[in-house]
Amino acid sequence: MNGELPPDLVRGLTQARMSRRSALKFGGLSALGLALSACSIAGTKGKGGNLGGQAWREQIDTFWSQQKKKGHLDFENWPLYIDVGKKASDHPSLDLFTKRTGITVTYHEDISDNSSYYGKIAPVLSAGQSIGADIIVITNGFELENLFERDWLLPLDQSRMTNFYKYSSDLVRDPSYDRGNVYTMAWQSGITGIGYNPKLTGREITGWKDLLDPKFSGKIGMFNNSEDLAAAAMCAIGVDPETSTPADWKKAADWLIKQRPLVRKYYDQSYADALAKGDLWATMAWSGDIFLKQADNPDLKFVIPEEGGVIWTDNMCIPVHAQHPLDAMTYMDFVYQPEIAAMLADYINYITPVPAAQPIFAQDAKDATTKDDKAYYTNLSSSPLIFPKPADFARLHRYRVLPSTERKQWNALFEPIYQS
Amino acid sequence: MSARRIRSRLTPYALVLPGWLWLVIFFVVPTVSMLSVSTMTGNDLDGFKQTFHVSTYKDAWTQYHTQIIRSLEYGLAATIICILIAYPVAYWITFRGGKYKSTLLFLLLLPFFVSFVIRTQSWQFMLDDHGMVLGLLRDLHLAGDHTQILQTSTAVVGGLVYNFLPFMVLPIYVALERVDPALLEASGDLYANKVTAFRKVVFPLSLPGVFAGVLLTFVPVASDYVNAQILGGARTTMIGTVIQTEYFTNLNYPMAAALSFILMGVLLVGIFLYARLLGTDDVLEMAAR
Repeated sequence: MNGELPPDLVRGLTQARMSRRSALKFGGLSALGLALSACSIAGTKGKGGNLGGQAWREQIDTFWSQQKKKGHLDFENWPLYIDVGKKASDHPSLDLFTKRTGITVTYHEDISDNSSYYGKIAPVLSAGQSIGADIIVITNGFELENLFERDWLLPLDQSRMTNFYKYSSDLVRDPSYDRGNVYTMAWQSGITGIGYNPKLTGREITGWKDLLDPKFSGKIGMFNNSEDLAAAAMCAIGVDPETSTPADWKKAADWLIKQRPLVRKYYDQSYADALAKGDLWATMAWSGDIFLKQADNPDLKFVIPEEGGVIWTDNMCIPVHAQHPLDAMTYMDFVYQPEIAAMLADYINYITPVPAAQPIFAQDAKDATTKDDKAYYTNLSSSPLIFPKPADFARLHRYRVLPSTERKQWNALFEPIYQS
Repeated sequence: MSARRIRSRLTPYALVLPGWLWLVIFFVVPTVSMLSVSTMTGNDLDGFKQTFHVSTYKDAWTQYHTQIIRSLEYGLAATIICILIAYPVAYWITFRGGKYKSTLLFLLLLPFFVSFVIRTQSWQFMLDDHGMVLGLLRDLHLAGDHTQILQTSTAVVGGLVYNFLPFMVLPIYVALERVDPALLEASGDLYANKVTAFRKVVFPLSLPGVFAGVLLTFVPVASDYVNAQILGGARTTMIGTVIQTEYFTNLNYPMAAALSFILMGVLLVGIFLYARLLGTDDVLEMAAR
């Protein structure tokens, strides 16, 4: 660098002079003072429509009576969560919808987990703008509760839910997290249980207690979200998560802390690959993933733990400021026709909200021309992962629903476990 | 004083003005507002209000000191390993690279044309229990069923070293490149053998490069969260991941801000201590040469 720059400038750039330094300090301090005293972050609470009140009902009816069909719809969903045709971008059920109703659909797969998607849409909705989607799919959990609390979902038009009320299963009709289906209609449901490879474990896994076996040290996977992780632990200690108390949470956290030395990692969706590859022998798992992975690795098994598993539902809902609400309503009811539900379940392999899809698969099995097809549809129509039996439901619990202001204690207990 | 003289006196300041503005807009303003957020209380629903609630810092430390200390340990380990690997590499390229120097430097940077996450992900494939490394070791009966590399601290530190190595090699290379060959000849004339020449001449002259390399690696390594997430396991969470969760999952902005400031404070103290031990004046002086 020698002699390349004028010495004055070098001095000016490298040696701070007293005056400039103090000027900066002063400037910094005054800015600091301003920022410290004036700033606050505005809350996002909704006005709290008086849910169920007569005036509120009328308001909703007026809103819906003013809506008109626009002929288009933007649908925001999770990846691999709809039927696929010859090309990955073909979705026969959507094409059929367009054919029957004349409404075109733009399909996006941008939701990979609830919390980060919520983080993405919250600022937009908070600013009173449209997020550009008419239907979004959100799991019954903290984020859905957040959307309720902030009045960020449109109450549905109950008069346009004919198929829903005719064909939906008991599981998704009038669910505990959305009494009366005011805001949501189920897309699919699934079970959080245990996925395992009996060849590696050397024995069958029956419950959460098996995930405390030191023989599986370093080969056990758990989830890295506090809702599923906590719910599993509460099932393990024999508590129903949905009605659990803070004392139960503490006990569940203790169970998880006891288990932690054996756990390989607290996983996101990537657990499924780790299980299929053999890095994991037994892991917390989502039912549909295991059904799907069985195609790669037929050894894999899924079990609803004897102490209890968790059942969750992903819900279609209409965000406020949606551009095409009536078209969205039309679609949401459309998928409740058994033939459409079967088209979707055939591909998705989670629990369909329409039990009437089962006889369709049984018929498909009968009509199948190849052996593979026959085996596939027989499996599909008899799989407890897709059509759980009443005995299975007895062992399944819902998540604990907490309003956002009461989650501090919950987070303080469970977060340090999976982020340790 | 004439207007002209005033103008000429102000010219250098006017010239650096864009730099200052940049610094104010993109560094001072965000830093100050984060500092302000860190002492607010409230929640996402009702909003956050400034209450000068400093005990958030205490809570942050009690809840997450393990992760903060772990981040520093990983940062330190990765930085030291980086120096040990990078120095010989830089030395070799400088003094033995000859006409291939630029090719070698290009090769060093070549992996950076692939995305950071993809590169780290590919380590996952290599290190998993049935991957190339462990699969081979197991076939040779050097590893048992329960031996694992992936999801351990070794894997995380390894990933950090791999990802940040060039940031150590390049500054050391630049420093070594600046060593005047005449100095080496002179030391030879003064009866210094090669080892002595390296110890007394080359090494001290390259220290500013090492210092710059440490700054460029230690700080981002200690706050990295990608490696720990992809290669780490149940007990390797670094503070970056925690900050991310507090921000985006819990929407607990004050906690996230407080954690960021604790991390920043700890890193600054570390860097200052290091600069003291090494003698900053000398280092900066040499860097400005």
